[in-house]
Amino acid sequence: MSEANTSETAAVSIRHLSKSFDDVEVLRDVELEVKTGEVVTIIGSSGSGKSTLLRCINWLEKPDRGSIHIAGQRIGVHDDGRAMPVRELAKVRAKTGMVFQGFNLWPHLNVLHNVTEAPIHVQGKSKREAEALAKALLDKVGMSHKHDSYPNTLSGGQKQRVAIARALAMQPTVMLFDEPTSALDPELVGEVLAVIKDLSAEGYTMVMVTHEMAFARAVSDQVVFLEKGLIIERADPETFFTTPKTDRVRKFLENHDTPSPA
Amino acid sequence: MSNWEILWQARDEFLIGFWRTLEIFGLSIAGAFLIGCGLLYLLEGSRKRLTMPLRIFIDAMRMLPFLILVYLLYYGLPSVGIRLDAWWTGVGALAVYHGTYFAEIFRSNRLTFPPGQIEAAKAHGFTKSKMFFRLILPQVIMQTRPLLGNQLIYALKDTAFLVIITVRELTAVANSLSSTYFIPTEAFIVVIGFYWALSVAMEIIIKQCGRFSAKRGFDNV
Repeated sequence: MSEANTSETAAVSIRHLSKSFDDVEVLRDVELEVKTGEVVTIIGSSGSGKSTLLRCINWLEKPDRGSIHIAGQRIGVHDDGRAMPVRELAKVRAKTGMVFQGFNLWPHLNVLHNVTEAPIHVQGKSKREAEALAKALLDKVGMSHKHDSYPNTLSGGQKQRVAIARALAMQPTVMLFDEPTSALDPELVGEVLAVIKDLSAEGYTMVMVTHEMAFARAVSDQVVFLEKGLIIERADPETFFTTPKTDRVRKFLENHDTPSPA
Repeated sequence: MSNWEILWQARDEFLIGFWRTLEIFGLSIAGAFLIGCGLLYLLEGSRKRLTMPLRIFIDAMRMLPFLILVYLLYYGLPSVGIRLDAWWTGVGALAVYHGTYFAEIFRSNRLTFPPGQIEAAKAHGFTKSKMFFRLILPQVIMQTRPLLGNQLIYALKDTAFLVIITVRELTAVANSLSSTYFIPTEAFIVVIGFYWALSVAMEIIIKQCGRFSAKRGFDNV
């Protein structure tokens, strides 16, 4: 009973999550709780399972065991083990907004319509309401001058900012960022990080996989370190980056130019 | 009276034949397009029990000479008690036959559809049908435009086969004039002119549609 209560208060609640690809265990009994308004960054070397963990949260990957609740609602399967029907799954998914490494904008739609597409056709908002929201969000990410442009004419940084607006337009409980700056030219990383930083200041709940250590240190409330599918360390960013508990994390941070305090 | 004058006097017959060809062509490509889209939709997803028979059906149609299909439908079906009007047999045969070609054109494009876009759609709460009609199909159509244009010309030329099941379309008109007055060359030159004019008009329209896809970066010309 107490477990159900904590699930309800948390934006995301992950319990005993395990997942294997063939014989390789990518996630092992992962537990993670993201409170409303909290920013959690997931760090680890490649192949540690961090993207898989993030993609399990909105069921793009199906975990083998364990449960995930988003704002108290379980995703993917019902408590009795029945798989969730597609329509119901889509509804729970819509509570999450995801930003991908490769942007994944829909190229046949212009910037404004990329952002209004899901609110209108998934959530059933009116065109006027969806466009007003989209315009406000595009303004927030600094893309209001590009409403009529098609994605192929945008830079990577601009595409990612539109993708962030598109995800925000679902008014999700939690935003999921899967290495949002890894596919960008170095000089475009800053503009995207600035947008995400603004969102954290506004109190958005976010879970982020990133390799930007300075950024993680600056915006996170909680840093989680994954190693071979296990969470081997979790702490507030100050503790994590200055006095890591394990040798593994110390070594990782040495190789990643531990950032000075922001 | 010269041969050309005879044909000029029969211009109304040509125009009626041309109009019939246009009707048959218009209806059958509209049907073929819908069938193509429908087959693509049914091929989405991984239910092999459904997709296997569909793939077999599509391939069987594509590998069948159109002439034989028309023969079978018009002359074969009555022996099992189904008798169809020649006109509708023609339209139906063209629609189904070219529908499977449309489906195959769409399917080959669908195979190269970026999976990231599908994931983005799922993450935004799209269900299968919404995703298909809003995101996949529009892009597949825009990207296959040149191939579709080519297929339309094939479909137009195949309407001429319907002469063998007594449909009074353009080629049938030329056929009957040529045998009535013994002027095969001139009569068929005239219908070639009609087919060319229609094909050129289609090519121009299809090319104009390319502006939609060029704006979105699908065409690199």
